[in-house]
Amino acid sequence: MQRIFGSYNGQEPGKGENMRISFHSDSIPLQQRWRNNGLSADFLAGYVSTFFPGEDPIASDRQVEIKDAVSFIANELLENAMKFSVNAKDASVSIEMFLEADIISLYTTNSMVLTAVEPFQLFIQRLLSEDLDAFYLEQLERNAENDDGASGLGYITMLNDYRATIAWQFTEGPDCTVVTTMVRLNV
Amino acid sequence: MQITHEDYQVESNEETGLIVCHGSFRLRGSKEYQPILDILLGAADARPSMLTLDVRELQFLNSSGINTLSKFILQVRKHKASQIVIQGSTKYPWQSKSLKNFQRLLPDLRLEID
Repeated sequence: MQRIFGSYNGQEPGKGENMRISFHSDSIPLQQRWRNNGLSADFLAGYVSTFFPGEDPIASDRQVEIKDAVSFIANELLENAMKFSVNAKDASVSIEMFLEADIISLYTTNSMVLTAVEPFQLFIQRLLSEDLDAFYLEQLERNAENDDGASGLGYITMLNDYRATIAWQFTEGPDCTVVTTMVRLNV
Repeated sequence: MQITHEDYQVESNEETGLIVCHGSFRLRGSKEYQPILDILLGAADARPSMLTLDVRELQFLNSSGINTLSKFILQVRKHKASQIVIQGSTKYPWQSKSLKNFQRLLPDLRLEID
């Protein structure tokens, strides 16, 4: 069974410019390769920035902005995917980037343990329906008192500071649920 | 007090109330950020009249880092003893986008982005 939150747009494989990086837990558990998140995010950001050449000062500023935004968003998506991925020998996480004329889309896919799915979906429902400013402040103040590592601050920052669109697709299986998180950034 | 890591550095001078952060903060969760938070809270707890957080050379801050800096701002707010200034740069676009959020936690906070 599938459940969608937000305006989820799937991508046709092989359409347009795209890049996919996959991580498998065969050699090192996913949670132990934290450093790869930043390296992969910076690689994606550097790669996509070549499609926005900085030929004059305005274009150069735009290139720097795009690189910075993709680096932050891809890093947050990977950190979340790694953090909440099932800790199994055959677990995998992937990140895929698509480039259209004025939209960069990023998709991460990971499996989640069943007990983590409902709290996450409740968070998403709040994120997509409540006043973002108030929710952001509430989460910051809540974390100062009780930091359980599941603040969702990365998603709030993507919406609030980067004006991105976020949506999720959950596919339920017998042992775990696979979640794909989509972030679209107008550039 | 200071922390020197291959990816980042944090230096705090409790006499002048100046804290300088360099590099990239991509640490994992509050446990890994604790040594940085300890330095920040130490600076806040010294209650100087002026606190300056210089992040002009902080290239990257993940959401756990935003969380860590917000705990520092909330501590300053709690003490009501220090005027705080955050110094940022337009060189790293995240700073113009995200640092202003700290003013929402503490409206008296002064943000200087050059």
